[in-house]
Amino acid sequence: MEQLTFLIVEDSPTMRQLLSFSLKRFKGCKIIEAIDGVDALKKIASARVDMILADINMPVMDGLKLITIIRQNPKMKDLPIIIITTEGAEEDRQRGLKLGANAYITKPVQANHLLKTITDLLNNRPIKE
Amino acid sequence: MEKEKKEDIFKKSEEFLQLFQKTKEFMEELLNENARLRYKIATIETKGTSSDTEYYQKQLQELQHNVKKLINEKKELEEQYKEVEKENKDFATRYVEIEEQNNNLANLYVASYQLHSTLDFSEVLRIVMEIIINLVGAEVFSVMLFDEKANNLKIVANEGLEDHSNDIIELGEGIIGSVAKTGEPYYINQSLELSIDIDFLHPLACIPLKIKEHVIGVICIYKLFVQKEGFSAVDYELFNLLAGHAATAIFSAKLYTQSERKLSTIQGFLDLLTSAPT
Repeated sequence: MEQLTFLIVEDSPTMRQLLSFSLKRFKGCKIIEAIDGVDALKKIASARVDMILADINMPVMDGLKLITIIRQNPKMKDLPIIIITTEGAEEDRQRGLKLGANAYITKPVQANHLLKTITDLLNNRPIKE
Repeated sequence: MEKEKKEDIFKKSEEFLQLFQKTKEFMEELLNENARLRYKIATIETKGTSSDTEYYQKQLQELQHNVKKLINEKKELEEQYKEVEKENKDFATRYVEIEEQNNNLANLYVASYQLHSTLDFSEVLRIVMEIIINLVGAEVFSVMLFDEKANNLKIVANEGLEDHSNDIIELGEGIIGSVAKTGEPYYINQSLELSIDIDFLHPLACIPLKIKEHVIGVICIYKLFVQKEGFSAVDYELFNLLAGHAATAIFSAKLYTQSERKLSTIQGFLDLLTSAPT
């Protein structure tokens, strides 16, 4: 299997470390971290990324704006994106998915659920919320 | 002539009698042979049937024995299958449990790692808040520290409690004051009362921040995120971790910040002394 590269976009160092921990189950994967949307766009421009895990509430550029920009870019429009957020209301979920996120996961993150969602996305299987 | 005729007739009758005698003998012989054969056939028939029955009975017995054996084997296999299935289920359950434990340990490790990653007081408070938001899933909460001089608790960090940021709780007062006084954590019967409105004096959970038996403050949780149905086992583990590790992290950061401040004051004083005109 080709080496996977995940981009974690999260302003909280605690969450970044926790997500990195969970993602290490994908043997040999590479993890890139970004602290907000702008930082994420810079990282995407300079490295190959297979999947993005992004928070919504971040300073400078939030996750929703980041998704909008990515989906408008023909080169990146198919990049799988998982939103990981504290916003658990149904309208927030719908908004995130409508903007183009492939999956919406609420915090606190259940590692098993996150890993299953990633595996399903990588295998083009429908995502069960 | 007449005599010749009579002799001829006599001779012929004699011949006929002889022939008749012969025929009779032959017929008797035939009848005897027939009886003998009949007897033989009857014997063979009787013999044949009894050996077939014996043979078939033997075969039947063997088959019945085999069927019994197979039924027993089937039962054994079914039992083995059930046992293996049960074992398999047990392993699957165990795997899920270990996975969960593994994830919980990861949470605790990350929380502990982050808490001790800095000596900056405000940074430690930010990390405590991150843990409460991201790992516990609390939407409204406060971190209060004990002021030994004033003998009360003051809020040093909060989320969603801006209106209460200047509130003070006396040691021993209400739930929060009692937790600070006794050092015993408080948890509400969450399944019944999670939906109640936020009441500053009645948190869902109040965790003492302790260094050994010395309480330096409390963490009060008032509301969880909508997606969070209640406290889980790992939350209590996190509370235990916060009770000890957050307390030491906050305490050391506070001391470090104070000593840094003192150091810079002394340094400034020394600089003033050395630069003063003689």
